[in-house]
Amino acid sequence: MDFLIINDGFPILSTLIFLPLFGALALLLIPGDNSCRIWTLIVTVITALMSLTLYFDFDKTTAKYQFGEHSAWISAFDINYTLGVDGISLLLVLMTTLLIPLCVLASWRYIEKRVKEFMIALLLMETAMLGVFMSLDFVLFFIFWEVMLIPMYLLIAVWGGPRKTYASIKFFLYTLAGSVLMLVAIIALYLESGTFSIPALMGHDYSSTFQVLVFLAFFLAFAIKVPMFPFHTWLPAAHVEAPTAGSVILASLLLKMGTYGFLRFCLPITPEATFIFMPYILWLSIAGILYGGFTALAQNDMKKLIAYSSVSHMGFITLGIFVLNTSGIEGAILQMINHGIVTGALFLCVGMLYERTKSRDLSRHAGVGRHMPIFITFLTVFSLASLAFPGTNGFIGEFLILVGAFEHSILIAAFAIPGAILAAAYMFRFLQRVVWGGTDNPDHSGMKDIGVREIAILSPLLIFVFWIGLSPAPFLDVMHVSVANLIEQVSVAQPEINSVAEFIGQ
Amino acid sequence: MKYLLLFAPELVLLSGGLLMFILSLTGSSGQQIRKAALGVGFVATLVCLLSINQSGELFYRAYRIDLFSQIFKLVIAGGFVLVLLLASELKGVRETVRPEYYLFMMISTTGLMLLVSSVELLTLFIALELASFSMYLMVPMRDDRSGLRIQMESATKYILFGIAATGIMLFGMSYLFGLTGTTYLSEMLPKLHGMAETPAAIVAIAMVMAGLFYKLAIFPFHFWVPDVYQGASNETAAFIASVPKIAAVALLIRIVTLIPPDGQVLVTLIMVLSICSMFYGNLVALVQKDLKRMLAFSGIAHAGFMLIGFVTLTSIGYATAMYYILGYMLMICACFLVICNVSKDGENVLIEDLRGLHQRAPLLALTLAVSMFAMAGLPPFVGFMGKFMLLTQALQEGFLFLVIMAVLNTAFAIYYYLSVVKAVYVSTPEKTVEQLPISVDGMTKAVCVALIVAIVFLCLAPGTVLDIAGEAVRNM
Repeated sequence: MDFLIINDGFPILSTLIFLPLFGALALLLIPGDNSCRIWTLIVTVITALMSLTLYFDFDKTTAKYQFGEHSAWISAFDINYTLGVDGISLLLVLMTTLLIPLCVLASWRYIEKRVKEFMIALLLMETAMLGVFMSLDFVLFFIFWEVMLIPMYLLIAVWGGPRKTYASIKFFLYTLAGSVLMLVAIIALYLESGTFSIPALMGHDYSSTFQVLVFLAFFLAFAIKVPMFPFHTWLPAAHVEAPTAGSVILASLLLKMGTYGFLRFCLPITPEATFIFMPYILWLSIAGILYGGFTALAQNDMKKLIAYSSVSHMGFITLGIFVLNTSGIEGAILQMINHGIVTGALFLCVGMLYERTKSRDLSRHAGVGRHMPIFITFLTVFSLASLAFPGTNGFIGEFLILVGAFEHSILIAAFAIPGAILAAAYMFRFLQRVVWGGTDNPDHSGMKDIGVREIAILSPLLIFVFWIGLSPAPFLDVMHVSVANLIEQVSVAQPEINSVAEFIGQ
Repeated sequence: MKYLLLFAPELVLLSGGLLMFILSLTGSSGQQIRKAALGVGFVATLVCLLSINQSGELFYRAYRIDLFSQIFKLVIAGGFVLVLLLASELKGVRETVRPEYYLFMMISTTGLMLLVSSVELLTLFIALELASFSMYLMVPMRDDRSGLRIQMESATKYILFGIAATGIMLFGMSYLFGLTGTTYLSEMLPKLHGMAETPAAIVAIAMVMAGLFYKLAIFPFHFWVPDVYQGASNETAAFIASVPKIAAVALLIRIVTLIPPDGQVLVTLIMVLSICSMFYGNLVALVQKDLKRMLAFSGIAHAGFMLIGFVTLTSIGYATAMYYILGYMLMICACFLVICNVSKDGENVLIEDLRGLHQRAPLLALTLAVSMFAMAGLPPFVGFMGKFMLLTQALQEGFLFLVIMAVLNTAFAIYYYLSVVKAVYVSTPEKTVEQLPISVDGMTKAVCVALIVAIVFLCLAPGTVLDIAGEAVRNM
């Protein structure tokens, strides 16, 4: 257990995971829609506040997993209940706990029927997502990973839009199909090395064929989750049909599971295969960046536009991960957070418009700016952050990723740059329409500007946009050591890859 | 006295059957007789629990009591009680034959209990027939409201296929006897291992297994399953779907141990049948509209999945199969509990009849959703842990192809399980259909909660069950 700093005191990680679960169970006994909403808000806010202590107690000087908890679970198979957080997962955990209360607030009016069930699903989601980010045992990880599907399916299928059945089943089938082979890979790793412990599986000298097979099984699961081009088709459907809170969870948190999976499993466990597949994945990322950008340019449904922009942004993140250097990976992790904040905020904004007009049509909302000045201010900032305007958080992340890409290969970077321009194009098109529109704007005189609750939802996100944008150090500092450690783990395979390349060359 | 103790669980059920017979003569009402049957069931379960550590041999060593058999007896008795609890009213069975219905159910359960202790071919055969014939009789007892006499068709199919399968089994047994000169499994074992790869031994074991595959509904012995599930009353289908499969697994473990460790042909045979059952069951289930038919095909797929545990020919593999079948019994009982309670006047339930169930009966809806996700193999439900362990065992023994086929199946099986969940939680019912709330009595509610808890608990804490099952198989 040399990779884990055991936490002997208060089991903070378990508490964070299971507090929402108990909150959900308690909800069963609470009558009335409003008390359900308030109770959920209380539970999620307490979870969020408790999670902040993780940041302050985090030791930035070690790459070990901290706040660790370890106890035997199924001894026959050496399956343990192991939790821990390192510099890679810390920010994701915090983002999860901080975003969920905003989701609850955003659903306050939006969800009118079956409020209690909705809140239960939301809380179960939080438990599962935190579990995924904190598990250090493969079986535990897989359980949380799959459990996540059930509440997410219900969020889309029950409270979704007109094509909810299609979207929810597509989401479920895609993600489940992706993860079944991951289960086989997990078992294969166990049989190879005799343990399910994730850190203990890293740094083994697996054979090349084995690494390639395991990598491919993992890759399919994570690429679907990210989603990488060409596995992205479930995403626009799911985004468009999901309720606001569902879209936010999907975009901000669920997609990060895929990229987190690459960082946590593919890179350190199968480094050799990572090098073998690196070029292909880089080009897939480029394809995603450009494809997502061009498609977003043509959308008239605001949610679809943001969904395709997500495909493009996630392409940047996978690009950053697979250039395999410090700035690339740090940029990717930071961009995961940025994308979570900004895309989440954009979905919240669209949700606010939808609550007023019951439409997500871009032309239907042309010229809203005249009547909703406060709303438009928020929307503009988030859109600028989304296209990586200097001074916002998006800039820092994308800049770091591009630095990493240039370090790796100028050709790759040159192909990624148009993605940034495309982002400006589709975002400005979107902004121009919504703020000013044309001469034939629909009548918006009845539209009310956003109220206190909605400002309260968007403000924290706004603060983070500028905080990360102007002073990213507090966020980057926590990951330096872990990322350095990760790069060391991957680069072990560097010399071997040359011999493999030579071998193939012969 | 010692022998009486060894035979106590079976005696309780036998005297219970006698009690049922007397009650059927006195013209007691259905409810009274159900209470009596439940009482017998509880006593039998209790006696099984108390005698779990008994061991010994009876009837000229043809009947062995050990941990293995006692565990199975406990599960069978528990399953019997569970099935009785599902159907509080027995809506689907004619009023006049209800006492006899319970009588046959009890005799069948007795037969299954005898089966798991039999270690001699003739005893085994008699026990199997005792269990089967009572079940054949339960199918046509369905109330014939529709006038289509569909239950008669089912019963005919059931009995014809059943007898054919039994015939094959008997033929195989005669070969076994001819090869080894004994009907005792324990004496047969070393002799058979001597003739590992002779065609006669392979054919003999394969034919004996065929009879059990029939009970388990393995491809190609599955033809009766969908029709019988559909034609039999919901309560009968629940019984047929759960309890006999437990005993069949027990027996299959005994037969499979006859296979020599290097018996590649039979292993390949089991593997092929497993893959065929999974694909056939899952693919056909995709298009079903009747919930019971869907469960029948899903049952074929699950039986195929469970065979993965036998392919490995290791005791831990058998133990995992025991764990899986126990989990399957809980899941299928949860499904049938919902079917029995949703069904109006004991008729069949279509998947679209379930629309809006979450409003009519929230607890039933939750139970059905949990059992569906569990059967689909999603965590944190027992189906996941069973699947995970079976796959681990198979991969450990190098059956990569089988494992990949199995996970592919779990991927597309999810669709039909999900369509049930969709009907329950998402779809809105048509306005023309009246949507009355379904009244569920306290006992049923308690059973629902207990089943959900058990399905989750078995996944999160599989250790105990696996340890006991492993020890039982090793001491066999």
